[in-house]
Amino acid sequence: MSDELKSGSNLEKVFKGGHFAVTCECGPPKGADIEVIKKKASYIKGKVDAANVTDNQTAVVRMSSIATSAILIKEGVEPIMQMVTRDRNRIAAQSDVFGAYALGIRNMLCLTGDHQKFGNHPRAKNVFDMDSIQLLDVVRTIRDEGKVNSGEEVEGGIGMFLGAAENPFGDPFEFRVHRLAKKIAAGANFIQTQCIYDMDRFKTFMKQAVDMGLTEKCYIMAGLTPLKSAGMANYMNKFVAGITIPQPLIDRIKGVEKGQQTEEGIKILMEQIEECRNIPGVAGAHIMAIEWEEKVPELVERAKLLPRPQV
Amino acid sequence: MIVAEQKPMEEIAEMIKDFNKILILGCGGCVSVCLSGGEKEVGIMASALKMFVKNNQNRDIEIKEMTISRQCDWEYFDMVKDAMAEVEACVCIGCGAGVQGLVDVYPNVPIFPGLNTGGLAVGKVPGVWEERCAGCGNCILHLTGGLCPIARCSKHILNGPCGGSEKGMCEVDPKTIECVWHLIYERLKSIGKLDNIYKIMPMKDWSTSSDGGVRHLTREDMAKLDAEEEHKKNVELEKKAEEAEAAAKSQG
Repeated sequence: MSDELKSGSNLEKVFKGGHFAVTCECGPPKGADIEVIKKKASYIKGKVDAANVTDNQTAVVRMSSIATSAILIKEGVEPIMQMVTRDRNRIAAQSDVFGAYALGIRNMLCLTGDHQKFGNHPRAKNVFDMDSIQLLDVVRTIRDEGKVNSGEEVEGGIGMFLGAAENPFGDPFEFRVHRLAKKIAAGANFIQTQCIYDMDRFKTFMKQAVDMGLTEKCYIMAGLTPLKSAGMANYMNKFVAGITIPQPLIDRIKGVEKGQQTEEGIKILMEQIEECRNIPGVAGAHIMAIEWEEKVPELVERAKLLPRPQV
Repeated sequence: MIVAEQKPMEEIAEMIKDFNKILILGCGGCVSVCLSGGEKEVGIMASALKMFVKNNQNRDIEIKEMTISRQCDWEYFDMVKDAMAEVEACVCIGCGAGVQGLVDVYPNVPIFPGLNTGGLAVGKVPGVWEERCAGCGNCILHLTGGLCPIARCSKHILNGPCGGSEKGMCEVDPKTIECVWHLIYERLKSIGKLDNIYKIMPMKDWSTSSDGGVRHLTREDMAKLDAEEEHKKNVELEKKAEEAEAAAKSQG
């Protein structure tokens, strides 16, 4: 990894300082209610190094990730602005990157985005002018070469710490590490993985990444989601594409009383975080406590990840 | 071929509610092969539409049935000239191109679409067709093992497979949609071209697709021939006119 900072964001400096980074999610409201964001910010402020601001996740209309990110900055939480290519072409995407930078956003996660079929506007026309890898390449080019995709020079440079997601549990498995390599070659400085439940497969994936020298070029964060109940575990296992929850894990949660299942899920998360910290090449944990931001302080505290480093 | 399927009878009946004499015009091309707009379907639709209108609009309509070899060439449209003169409206069960070809040739007859046109497809098993080409105007099949991600990937991505690919199927519908990027991976592996998928595929130039505005295909050599023939005809016509004028003068 080069010594030069890409954006100088808190998250980047935490990685650079050799600390085990912690991020979480902060979903924008399904409307213009700024109080929702302020409340969520108050829970996570100081407890994580940065928070992902989702971009109309699962294709459900919400406040824009740029606006929410800008509000989070005011509230003292560093955002990782997610941007999907589902809803914007190369013109809109580049324009939004300029705007985001001007508003003080310094971390960005480049995604293709969930298909509109899963959201609340399944009749929408999608864009997909580019995919996540091409978006990374476009933003990296703006940042490093000062040029938009057409080759024209930009007025005023941008610094952006660029991230991407990768799913070690998608198929074909043998290709997954190569896709990770493509994302890094396109410009990813950090990666957040899809939720990990199959630790063996994740370890194999990480070993491949280390062997290919990818962890020397990019910080990889393990994506983890606490299971709140046996029902949630079953649902995710059956219906969420690319997520497999090993049966012993489901059985373990099922094995405790209903009222205790959430606690069991948190215990599992703690074990997973501990396990991930010992996997070579894992540089941080991305805790996806979806719509459970109020729980983040407790999760980070119990995982012995507090206080967060001041960098 | 171009595949299409018939619109619901309700929708067609609503289109023709102000007309009593209708021509249902089929096409002997692609839509005939995919069993939606050929001669047989014209006959079935005529009976069904008559009955539907009788039952739901409480009136009788007169339907003329015709099918031409192709609905994408002017010469065939001329063949329905007399029929078009007799009817008040036409339900075209060719593809969307057919409807618009008729509109160009018969500016005074209302032309309605009887089909929903679905794309360029191949037959997988009898009765099942699946899209294979999106007609993007800038073919990349040589890079993807002959399998098209523009037509067959739900997100048209060029650097797949995405995280939603599981056991060879696409998350958008794991029961019916194959992950084409999984297929591309397997195909490239079997032909020793995995390097293609390890490289980043750059953004596509969409200006050759419908994003570039309505597309024309001009074969300069053919177009020139037409122009030459036109010119010859005009010269002949002028010559004849001059001769007639000269004859008239000499008579006068």
